[in-house]
Amino acid sequence: MTPSPDVMIVGAGIVGAACAYELARAGARVEVIDSGLPGGGATAAGMGHLVVLDDNEAELALTKYSVGLWHSLAKELPAAAEFWGCGTVWVAADEVEMAGALAKLSVYRQNGLAAELLDERQLYEAEPNLRAGLAGGLLVNGDAMVYAPVATRFLLEQSKAKVTRAAVTSLDDLKAGAVVCATGAMAPALVPGLRVRPRKGYLAITDRYPGFARHPLVELGYLQSAHGDSNESVAFNVQPRPTGQLLIGSSRQYADSTASLLEPMLARAFAYMPGLRACSVIRTWTGFRASTPDKLPMIGRLRDRIYLATGHEGLGVTTSLGTAKILTAEILGYAPPIPAWPYRVERFDV
Amino acid sequence: MKFDVAILGAGPAGLAAARAAGRRSASVALIDDNVTAGGQIWRGAPRIAVPTGVRFFPQTRVFDLRPGFMLLTESHGAMEASRLILATGARELLLPFPGWTVPGVFGAGGLQALVKSGLPVGGKRVMVAGSGPLLVAVAAALRTAGARVVGITEQVPLGRIVPFLAKYPAKLPQAFALRARLLGVPYWTGTWPVRFDEGMVTLSGGRTVAVDYLACGFGLVPNTEAAQLLGCRLDGGFVAVDSRQETSVAGVYCAGEPTGIGGLDKALEDGERAGAAATGQAVNPSRGAFVRDLAAAFHLDPRLFDLAEPSTVVCRCEDVALGTLRPYREWREAKLMTRCGMGPCQGRICGPITNCLLGWSAESVRRPLVPVAAELLSKDVLQP
Amino acid sequence: MFKLRCDGVEIVVAEGTSVAAALLGAGVSRFRSSVTGEARGPLCGMGVCMECRVTIDGVGHRLACQTMCRAGMEIMTT
Repeated sequence: MTPSPDVMIVGAGIVGAACAYELARAGARVEVIDSGLPGGGATAAGMGHLVVLDDNEAELALTKYSVGLWHSLAKELPAAAEFWGCGTVWVAADEVEMAGALAKLSVYRQNGLAAELLDERQLYEAEPNLRAGLAGGLLVNGDAMVYAPVATRFLLEQSKAKVTRAAVTSLDDLKAGAVVCATGAMAPALVPGLRVRPRKGYLAITDRYPGFARHPLVELGYLQSAHGDSNESVAFNVQPRPTGQLLIGSSRQYADSTASLLEPMLARAFAYMPGLRACSVIRTWTGFRASTPDKLPMIGRLRDRIYLATGHEGLGVTTSLGTAKILTAEILGYAPPIPAWPYRVERFDV
Repeated sequence: MKFDVAILGAGPAGLAAARAAGRRSASVALIDDNVTAGGQIWRGAPRIAVPTGVRFFPQTRVFDLRPGFMLLTESHGAMEASRLILATGARELLLPFPGWTVPGVFGAGGLQALVKSGLPVGGKRVMVAGSGPLLVAVAAALRTAGARVVGITEQVPLGRIVPFLAKYPAKLPQAFALRARLLGVPYWTGTWPVRFDEGMVTLSGGRTVAVDYLACGFGLVPNTEAAQLLGCRLDGGFVAVDSRQETSVAGVYCAGEPTGIGGLDKALEDGERAGAAATGQAVNPSRGAFVRDLAAAFHLDPRLFDLAEPSTVVCRCEDVALGTLRPYREWREAKLMTRCGMGPCQGRICGPITNCLLGWSAESVRRPLVPVAAELLSKDVLQP
Repeated sequence: MFKLRCDGVEIVVAEGTSVAAALLGAGVSRFRSSVTGEARGPLCGMGVCMECRVTIDGVGHRLACQTMCRAGMEIMTT
């Protein structure tokens, strides 16, 4: 019989894979278990946008730290992971939003992040297919993009962790020094009462239109959609893949909403990029984000030897690497690389 | 637009269903993405006319189906129907061999369709290769259109075709009539193409033949995607139906090749039953043996699955080669890791190939059924 | 009979001809470049395989086999 591992990670998505990678690098014997394919759940359903967000200090700290880690990892990633340091263009529709862009610029610069304000002319030079009449935008240079299923597999392979395909019904039954629950929106099935709610998102992908969009494009109102708690919301969020395909997002809705947000989501995208109307959509799908009440992840000890790494909402791919560093430090008893208290599990009652 | 019955596909099964449904209901829609009725087999010259009273919607691509039933089309917006008959036919099974992606290699039925839509083939040297009764029909049609058919290769050995024909003497006159139109054309059985390069086909056994066009078809793959989108149960890759052609989803009927590859006569019988059942008429029971015997007679030689080299492209949309797929264990894993099946055909061509070569089964179908302008997906069609 | 153009070259076609048939008849075999740059042309002839995609009147990714020719059409291989 093989000895039980130091750490058993439940969930082979990008977060679980990153934790396996980091723990293994720190010398732990790690195993991973998932009922599905590695990177085949929300990891595959998302856009793979590596983005620094600044809705609050804790979010800014974790996203900034994590995007930096992605840049460090980039040269090791296989080509199929399609890492692309493309930046992000935040689009300001009017002067009010332009003021928001300016404020955002100041925050990013204060935090040492490269960003450039784009006036109307510069915005169209950067993205000629945006509609006329927009005020400008903000280019955040350090943001990037990755094809997350391949990155997930890479992280798992690097960790040399044994990956078992099986369903887990109880965390306590798993034999290991520590057990990490990294099952995203499905975490409440293993941790009853956990304040994580599935938040559905639609995406559409088009055929190849190289050059149609050159950066991930996000409306400045996006944060209201992502961080507000409205039951149904859509925002303009269009991202070119290195293939020339266009990912069209984004929508958010909790499980009690059954409406299709595909139509309003596309309508919102057309309002910013009218040329998308004629683009051929080859596939649409939905996925579930793991949403917490404060939209920050839960990283750390839940009880005894049980740890959590979930609740990443729409930032699972972005913050997976930072999450893994924080969790590894906690499990192995090191000081965290960035202050970890905002993500601690005990801020909520379970 | 609201109808009692909407029929998807105006091939033999759809036309037979329309004829049967039209006897009872005045509100029948017949929908097809082609210019004319007839399907692939009767393309442009249907032997059953669109019945009077049935509304025919040609060149109408259905890109989404919703319960209830709602059909979303490119050219006619949303249509509603109380009952649906899926007569979506089949596509060709194409198998990869070195050179199969080079322009000039077509599907057998594909080349025939192109000829019917105006491609001149007079004097062109064409080889028809693959498996199944369709090959001979295609070769005959190409010859009638003026092509020089330089040979037909059928992968089945002659020893398996003869007993099959003997069991179905009703098919013999048809077979002889086709053969008569192909006098002088070599018919190589137990033979298949192994390579296409610079206009030269190399056959198993080593013979090389110069051609302008190589038309290949290794059998038929049922078009079950519409049924899958509605949640109809499949059985062994075919849409499961009861004795009245009704699927596991109440009100959805299926007829013709999607319920079992059986050719024209089965399609007509299925269609008649489906049209009758969907409009509350009595139905005749089906005879099922032909589907099994056809599949057994034209069972593919496993050596056909070894023709592709590691560098041979399997997924033509994304250019994924066989060697790239080998390390993976299942369709979805390969799809996630290699982009196989992620292109605009959504695995319609490479899905069946990986089934043959690697034993994989393609996963569930996602919207839209066919690539469609984003604008059409954005209309809030469910609102009145 | 009427005229259309493919990659700037005039083609005369008969009524009822599909774009795929018209191009093949005019000697065009490469309809598009695959994602790795290989030449590709029509395969299935029935709107399934997507290999015959061309740009028609400025709209990309149109299926040549499912589109009927019209006078004055501007077709670009890709």
